[in-house]
Amino acid sequence: MARTDTKRDVVIVGLGWTGAIAGIELAKEGLDILALERGPDRSTVPDFKYPDVIDELRFGIRYGYMQRPKKSTLTIRRSLDEEAMPYRRLGSFLPGDGVGGAGIHWNGQTWRPQAQEYRLRSYVEETFGADAIPEDMTIQDWGVTAEELEPYYDRFEYMAGISGQAGVVNGETIEGGNPFEPNRSRDYPLPPLAQQPDSLHFADVARQMGYHPFPRPAANASAPHVNEYGMQLGPCNYCGFCARYGCLNYSKSSPQTCVLDALKRYENFKYRVNSEVLRVNLAEDGQTATGVTYWDAEAEEEVTQPADIVILAAYSIHNVHLMLLSGIGEPYNPQTGTGTTGKNYSYQMNGGTTMFFNDRQFNPFVAAGSSGMSINDFGMEQIDYAAEGFIGGSYMTCGHSNGQPIRGIAVPEGTPNWGAGWKQAVGEHYGHSTSLGSHGSNMSYRDCYLDLDPTYTDPHGRPLLRLTFDWKDNDICMTQFMRQRIEEIVEAMEPDSWQSSYKEDGATYDVRPYQTTHNVGGAIMGENPQTSSINRFQQAWGQHNVFVLGASSFPQNIQYNPTGAVGALAYWTTDAIVNQYLPNPGPLV
Amino acid sequence: MKTFLRILGALVIVGVVALLAFIFWPVSRSAPQQVAASAPEPAEHGEYAMRLADCAACHTAEGGEPFAGGRPIESPVGTIYSANITPDSETGIGGWTLAEFRGALIDGLDDEGHHLYPAMPYTNYRGLTETDIAGLHHYFIEDLEPVRNDVPANDLPFPFDQRWGLRAWKWVAMPDVGFVSGAASDDQIERGAYLVEGPGHCGACHSPRNTLFVQDGYTADDAGFLTGGVIAGWTAPALRGEDSAIAGWTAEEVAQILGTGRNAHAAINGEMALVVEDSTQYFTEDDMTAMSRYLVRLDDNGAETAQTQETPSGGLAERLSDDPATETERILASADPGMPEGARLYLDNCGACHFVDGKGADEVFPELDGSSIVQAGEPTGLISMILHGGALPSTEARPYALRMPGFADRLSDEEVATLATFLRSAWNNEASGAVEAGAVADMRSEEGG
Repeated sequence: MARTDTKRDVVIVGLGWTGAIAGIELAKEGLDILALERGPDRSTVPDFKYPDVIDELRFGIRYGYMQRPKKSTLTIRRSLDEEAMPYRRLGSFLPGDGVGGAGIHWNGQTWRPQAQEYRLRSYVEETFGADAIPEDMTIQDWGVTAEELEPYYDRFEYMAGISGQAGVVNGETIEGGNPFEPNRSRDYPLPPLAQQPDSLHFADVARQMGYHPFPRPAANASAPHVNEYGMQLGPCNYCGFCARYGCLNYSKSSPQTCVLDALKRYENFKYRVNSEVLRVNLAEDGQTATGVTYWDAEAEEEVTQPADIVILAAYSIHNVHLMLLSGIGEPYNPQTGTGTTGKNYSYQMNGGTTMFFNDRQFNPFVAAGSSGMSINDFGMEQIDYAAEGFIGGSYMTCGHSNGQPIRGIAVPEGTPNWGAGWKQAVGEHYGHSTSLGSHGSNMSYRDCYLDLDPTYTDPHGRPLLRLTFDWKDNDICMTQFMRQRIEEIVEAMEPDSWQSSYKEDGATYDVRPYQTTHNVGGAIMGENPQTSSINRFQQAWGQHNVFVLGASSFPQNIQYNPTGAVGALAYWTTDAIVNQYLPNPGPLV
Repeated sequence: MKTFLRILGALVIVGVVALLAFIFWPVSRSAPQQVAASAPEPAEHGEYAMRLADCAACHTAEGGEPFAGGRPIESPVGTIYSANITPDSETGIGGWTLAEFRGALIDGLDDEGHHLYPAMPYTNYRGLTETDIAGLHHYFIEDLEPVRNDVPANDLPFPFDQRWGLRAWKWVAMPDVGFVSGAASDDQIERGAYLVEGPGHCGACHSPRNTLFVQDGYTADDAGFLTGGVIAGWTAPALRGEDSAIAGWTAEEVAQILGTGRNAHAAINGEMALVVEDSTQYFTEDDMTAMSRYLVRLDDNGAETAQTQETPSGGLAERLSDDPATETERILASADPGMPEGARLYLDNCGACHFVDGKGADEVFPELDGSSIVQAGEPTGLISMILHGGALPSTEARPYALRMPGFADRLSDEEVATLATFLRSAWNNEASGAVEAGAVADMRSEEGG
């Protein structure tokens, strides 16, 4: 069975953050839009209803809001000569599905990259010389600048109601903010979250050491907020059920709380759930897309949906998968370095130190996903790459984002995993531990990339996406540098004991433990069609009516959580579509 | 004896004639009033007049075509189904002349002279201007597409199914035709009075009714007007007097809740959500200001400048005061496991959004301290909210249809009753009487709003 539906002006693949932003910005223009979401519909009530949603076993451990590997997964290997195996159990990263996408179950950490991160290759070559870049490192410039994107960051942050303390406004450094952030035009829309005693203790010590602590910018509303669409956030109650959960309190910024009810008022916007897009269809000459074909799970048939504009707004790796399946761009070849689709997959290099204090009482059950105090004194612009022997940087944060009973209790190394010994340790340490973590960049490399798997297929018979990735010396060197800085601070914080966990020399990628769902690259933006998949407006070089939104655009990973940049780029691109593309459809570069 | 029989016979004949006359004597429609000199063209004005008079709320069934009728309206004597008022010639009002249409609005008569049930608020519409009547007529006869929809027959027992009896009701209930200009201090408040008393027909729900279902007053001069009513078991709160739901609110705050369904104090729910959705959100800024100024000045001349208590701003951390303003707040903030069950239920289920001070958060989480629904004479609304939750209307300015979840699956009848009883006298609330578990049980099976 198959059917063809009537043509739309725009079809959007995925209804998460970027799909919702593109949807409402283009709906305003009166375009006839259909968004296709492969997962189910979700809304605060009933889906995130208290107390059903604060079920750690169901959502924190069993991944209630994540994609099911049985329905959609990828294969993973660490090097070109390994055989990739399917990612059958979620571990290292957790792609979401359903309306709202990962935007419903994030922690809410919302950052702006430093200015030099957008022109990393140029910055390194100009500052430290081309020799500073290892031969197999394939970092690139993004083709956009911090100045250009500033209004779009501002827009995203005010739309999402971010709580924080500005560090640099119109060239002036503001006490208490991040002095190393790129210049911003105004403060955050909401004041910073309240901080717990562990974060405040860290901030005191860091300040004494000459560092510049500031509250971590948060998509957890510190106060009521109304955004440009009239959508609303209620004040956060610090229940600490953010990452992996939908917010029960209308307090976490998400497509649901910030966009969707406003978007649904547009009669020219429609969305379908349980509709997985199988491929983008191209015209015979391959120069444009004609629409998409999706699987309508309700009707159990393939549907061809013609459209004038196709916007890929799925999760980063799924954007790349669809491009590879549809022939958008030339597949990247790691041997020759030619081709672009799938190129420069990168991840995030994190590590941390856990501290135990006998006499300090923290209340970890009072927390928000983004509470905590950070320093950015070892950011990418603060480090002398020539002297340190690596390219990269990180921000560091001390604090809790939750006090959940299963995953939220730290016990000292050597504690039994169960039984009386474990119970005793939990009793002694719950509320007495905290951590200071490094959230760092990850560079892109010639042999870290995405392509189609030669062996395994998905339920639709399509080849699975294959991920080839491993940790590299440069990034391990970076995280070890951060470890030394962190341990200096930790000692000054005077815990009774502490333990560190950082990638060490020779570390290889282990997909089992959770690390981060910051999978970036594969459909990278840039200035040159030979080395990037999409231009600076996130428009496919080869098919001018295809736009690709999301972290798949990052040529290498930033030191921060990606959502801020993803949101700003979505506004940047929709602005270009409205003001440049619609009046004159064609390549924007 | 013969004389007596003759007199009796004559009386019977007179009685029968009188009854026949009562039933069959032709009704007469009121004559048109004067048309204002600067009246807009009906074609321009029709849709807006429809918004002012909020025809949609009653004449559209849930999930039905707009204005095609069939919405059940519960009355004390049975269920009445709203009419199809699209211009369909067989099932709607196609072909009605302006005079016939005016007759329905202000005399409560259909095109054939049958009496309409007062579920149609013609006693309130008697104040409508000719401009609005002509606009409405144009909208429903000329602008709207006909929809063929036979509405169900009313479900009324004898004698209430006999429409001729309404003639007597009208003798008692009908006010004079035309908007009576009051002693309002300025034109804007005069306009506000017209909107509230006439097309807005606010009194239909928000005024008490006597045993004959006659509304207690139609203008601000009547003491009972807008002092609260009961509709389908829910309290429609008073808008004036001691128990006024808007006591202390500014005109801006009244305008905000009518325009968006929410403000710093309260959230619209139940039947009123339809009013906001279909009617008041479309009011021009001038009309909204006029209406709101009129409403806040109902109690006295100074209310317009009243200072409302500031809702504490900021988040949870800033709101945990070391010096609680009320005993309720002190008990809740103590987090003492031994606190009374009602307080504990509040803390476990409600406090995350509504806060220990019962003040919620502006436009998102309504205040429970001072809330009219919490303290309403009938606890029906409060019980329903706890059991089934509620949703705000999606409006242009505030599109988020924020929902409060229901707690029917989590709380027993006894717990809901205990919680409701706690709320009714928590903080500064002063509603009397305990809520009984039996009342909760009766409502448990009903659908939420």
